[in-house]
Amino acid sequence: MSLLATLARLEAVRSGRAEPLATVLHRHLAERPMVVVPLAAAGETGAPLAVMLGRDRERPRLLTVPQPLDRERRFAFLADLADELLPYLESFGEAVEVLTRETKDSATGEKTEVSRELCLDAPQLIVPNRGGVELLGLLGRSTRFRRTAEDPDPGPYPAPARVPLLGRWLTHLRERAQVPGSSLLLAATDLLGRHWATGQSTLEDQHLGALLAWIDPPAGLTGAEAALRAETGRDARGQLLCPPAGPATDPLFDSGLLAPAIIRYDAARQPAGPGGPPPAGQREQLLARERDIDALLESVLTPVWDQLWQSLELLRRLPPAAHLPDRWTGDRWSYTAHRDRLAAGEPPQPVRDDAVTAARKLAQREREQTTVGVQEALDDPLAMAEHRLAGEALAGVVTGVEPAYDTSGRTPRPRPLVTVRTADRPHAEPGTELHRAGGPSSQRAELVSVGEPRGSVTVRLVSGMGRKKEPEPGSVPEVGEHVCFTLFELTARQSAPLPEPEDTPWTHGGPPGPHPSAAAPALQEEADR
Amino acid sequence: MTPLSPAPSPPDGPGAEADRAVAAILEATLHGAERGTVVDSPPGAGKSTLVVRAARELVGAGERLMIVAQTNSQVDDLVDRLATAAPELSVGRLHGSDAAPDPAALRHPNVLASTKAGDLLGQSVVVSTAAKWQWVQQVEPWRHAIVDEAYQMRSDALLAVARLFERALFVGDPGQLDPFTIVGTEQWAGLSYDPSSSAVVTLLAHNPRIVPHRLPVSWRLPATAAPLVSAAFYPYAPFRAGTGPGDRLLRMRAAGDGSAVDRVIDIAAESGWGLLELPARHTVRTDPEAVRAVARIVRRLLDRRGSCSSERGESALTADRIAVGTAHRDQAAAVRAALTGLGVPVGGAEGVTVDTANRLQGREYDVTVVLHPLSGRPDATAFHLETGRLCVLTSRHRHACIVVARAGIAELLDEHPSTEPLRLGVTVKFPDGWEANHAVLAHLSEHRAVTRGRAG
Repeated sequence: MSLLATLARLEAVRSGRAEPLATVLHRHLAERPMVVVPLAAAGETGAPLAVMLGRDRERPRLLTVPQPLDRERRFAFLADLADELLPYLESFGEAVEVLTRETKDSATGEKTEVSRELCLDAPQLIVPNRGGVELLGLLGRSTRFRRTAEDPDPGPYPAPARVPLLGRWLTHLRERAQVPGSSLLLAATDLLGRHWATGQSTLEDQHLGALLAWIDPPAGLTGAEAALRAETGRDARGQLLCPPAGPATDPLFDSGLLAPAIIRYDAARQPAGPGGPPPAGQREQLLARERDIDALLESVLTPVWDQLWQSLELLRRLPPAAHLPDRWTGDRWSYTAHRDRLAAGEPPQPVRDDAVTAARKLAQREREQTTVGVQEALDDPLAMAEHRLAGEALAGVVTGVEPAYDTSGRTPRPRPLVTVRTADRPHAEPGTELHRAGGPSSQRAELVSVGEPRGSVTVRLVSGMGRKKEPEPGSVPEVGEHVCFTLFELTARQSAPLPEPEDTPWTHGGPPGPHPSAAAPALQEEADR
Repeated sequence: MTPLSPAPSPPDGPGAEADRAVAAILEATLHGAERGTVVDSPPGAGKSTLVVRAARELVGAGERLMIVAQTNSQVDDLVDRLATAAPELSVGRLHGSDAAPDPAALRHPNVLASTKAGDLLGQSVVVSTAAKWQWVQQVEPWRHAIVDEAYQMRSDALLAVARLFERALFVGDPGQLDPFTIVGTEQWAGLSYDPSSSAVVTLLAHNPRIVPHRLPVSWRLPATAAPLVSAAFYPYAPFRAGTGPGDRLLRMRAAGDGSAVDRVIDIAAESGWGLLELPARHTVRTDPEAVRAVARIVRRLLDRRGSCSSERGESALTADRIAVGTAHRDQAAAVRAALTGLGVPVGGAEGVTVDTANRLQGREYDVTVVLHPLSGRPDATAFHLETGRLCVLTSRHRHACIVVARAGIAELLDEHPSTEPLRLGVTVKFPDGWEANHAVLAHLSEHRAVTRGRAG
C-alpha cells in the first residue's frame, strides 16, 4: 500500500467515511453490464448453489440447485445458466469493424495488406468479489471438457449441449480477469477499493456490505458503525441482516434454514413405497419444496443484488478516465480472439498452460500492469500524487525558462533549463532521466538540481523540441504553466519475442506433447497408471 | 591454470578444496554428458573468477562463447574482468541503444562494443544481459554459453535465450533474492516451467540428471561472518571462509567519542558485526531517526580514519569501500540525502554506494551498513521476510557489517509466523525467512550498542 493510500485510510478512520482515492473512473463500465451473483454450496468446492443475474436491476433472474449434490440438477442448472449467459456473451460477435494493416514480408520485402475484424463492443460481467471471479473460473474448468450427447462418444453422463461452451467462455473471462486493467469480468469490491479508501483493512474490504457501509453509510451512522452492523448484525431468527456477498453463504443460514429446507425437498422426492406409484400430489409437493428453497436463496441474494447496483451507481458518479477507451479496446481484442477460436473449432483451453504460453501470459500481464499504472497516473491527479509522494514524480508551476544549447554537434540543439516551483522531492540524482507527463508530445528531460533555490526543481529538456536550433513553438513550457515530470517511463517496454511452443528448448522440457494435460508430466504419469 | 585462491595453501586448506571443485566444474562444462552444468556459489566464493577461467578454457579449446548476465553493471563488470585477466580473448560487449556501456569496460583494446550481435560474431566471447540477448535474431547458435547470476534470471528469460546456445554453464548464488514479478503468478505455481521461477529451478526440473556443483569457500566473507551466513542461509550447503581469524583487521585510527554510534563501530571493528539498536517504535518506511543513524555511522567511519588490513595488504577505509543497504528504494534515497547533508560523497567511483538489496547483489565492500528490513515495521510481510534479502544485505562485506534497527524485531517475528501457502510441486526453501531472520538477529544481539534517542 502506498503512503498516500495509508494516509487516506487514516483520514477515513477520523472522518468516519471512506476517502476518495481517485477523481475519475479507472475501469470501463458498460452501459448495461451483466450483473452476476453466484453462490456455492458448502462442503464441495465449486459446487453451484444459486445465481442471481441480469442486466436490469428490476428484473433479476434467479437460478438454483435445490439439491447441490444431485449431478442432474447441477447440470440442469448449468444448462439454464448457459441459456441466460451465452446469448449475451455471443451477442457482441456480430458487429465488427475491419482494420487493415500493411505488413512487409521480412524475406521478400513484399508488402501485403492484412485485414482483421475487431468486435465493436464486448460483454462485461460484474460479480460481487474475487471469490465470485474464482467461482466462475472453477465452473469453467469443471465444464469445458464435458462431453455432450452430440459428441461421437458421449460417455455415460453426457452434459447438456451448451454447457461445455459456457465453460470455455467462463474460462476465457476468468483468464482475462487476471490481466491488470482489463474489464470483461470485474469484482465490485476491487472496483470500489480502487476508488475509495475505507478506515478498515484491505481484507475487510473484501466484504461488499462493509465496504459499501464505509463509502455510503446510512444516515446517522459512521462508516465504522455501519460496517460493523453489516458484518455482524443479526435479526430475531439469528440471520445476518446483510448476507455475505458469496460465493459462500453464512453457516447459520446453511444450518438453520437451508439444510432443513433441502431435507424437506429430499423427503418429498422419496417414493412412498418401493416400486409403488408416486402418491398423488407428490409433484406439487416437490415443486412447493423447491419454491421454498428458491425463496430462501432469493432472500440472501437480493440484498447483494441491490448492493451491486448501488456500487455501480456510486462508480458512475465519477467521470470516466481518458485512457478507458484504449484499454477497453484491449478487452475487445480479447473477446474477438476468443470468438475466432470458437469459430475455428479449436479445442477447449488446456488444463495447464505450456511453458511458452505461460511465459507469454506473464509478459502480457506485466506489460499491462505497467501500462495501467502509468495511464492511471496520467488520467488522475490523485493517482499521480501517489507517485509524487513516493518521490517518483514532480509537479508544479514553471517559474523560469532559460534557453540553453547543446553545441557538441554540428548544429546547436535546444536544451532549455526549466525551473519548477514545487514541494515535491524526487528521489533521484542530478542527471536522472525524466519524462514529461501531459506535454504536447513525448518529451524527455534531465534532472539538474533539487531544492536550489529552495522549494524548486530545475530540469533540462533534452528532446521533443523539433530539429531546428530554436525549439518548436509550444514544445517548451512557459512561465506560469503547470508541468509534471515522472521518473518512470510513460509507456511499457515491448516484451521480447518468445519461441513458438513447438520450439520449446531443452531447458524447458522440449515441445509439449499432444495431450491437453501433457504439459504436466507428473499428472500425465498418474493418468497413465 | 590460475589458482582460485589468493595464496598457495596446504592440500586440505581452503585453496586446495576450491581448486578441486573448480577442476570438476571445468571438466563437466567441457566434456560432461549433460548439456547443462550448474554451480551453486555462496557469497564471494569466486564466482566471477570461475566465469573468467571457464571462458579462457572454453576459448582455449577452440570454442566460441556467449555470456549471459542479468544487469548492465554485471555485464560491464564481467567484461572488465575478462579483458583484464585474459588479454588474449577478444571480447564483444553487446548493449542496448539506450544503455551505453561503462567506459571502464571499454578501455581495453580487446573489447568491442555494439548494439548489434552481427557486429560481434568475430569476437571469441560476447557478453550481454539476458534482456538484450532475448532480442538477438538470425545468428548461428553458439556452442557454449555461460549464464552468470543464474538464480536471479527468470525462467521465461531462459526460455527466450536458450535457442542461442547448445550447452551452458549456469553459475549463481541460490541464497540470494529470487527473481520477482509485479503481477500474481499463482496460476503457474508448481509447474516445472513456472515462468516467474528461477532459470536454474526450471533447468533442474527438466534435466534431473544434472547434479549441481558447489564452490566450498567464501573468499569475501571474513572468518567472523562465514559461519553465521553459512549456518543461517545455507544450512544444507555449508561453506567456510578462505581466511582465518585475525587475517582481516579493521582498525580505527581515531578514538571513539563514547557515543552509541562510535561504540557500535568499535564493536564491529572488533567482532565483524555490530547492531545499533534504536528504541522500539512503529515508523514510516523512511524512519528519519534510523536513516540519520545510518548516515552518522558512515560519517564516523570516515572521520575516524578506518584502515583495513587483509591478505591484499593494508588500505585506508575510503568512501568507495563502504556500502549502505536497504530494503526499499525510498529508504536508499533518504539515506543518500542524509549522507549528502553530512558532507559524505555518495555514488560514483569515489562515493559511498547506497542501494537496495536487489542492486547490491554480486557486489563487494569492506564495510557495509544495513538498515534492517524489519526495523520499525508493524508487520512482517513476505517481502520483508524474504531470506535472500537479508542474505544479500549481510554478505557483502570483507571486514564488518553494521546493522541499524529498531528494538522489538524478535517480538515482531514471533507475532508474524510465516503464513505463505504451501503449493504442490513447489520446492520449499529452507531455511525460511522467518528462521533466518531469527538466527541473524540472535547473533547480532551479542554485538549490540543501544541508543536512546537521537543517534550520535
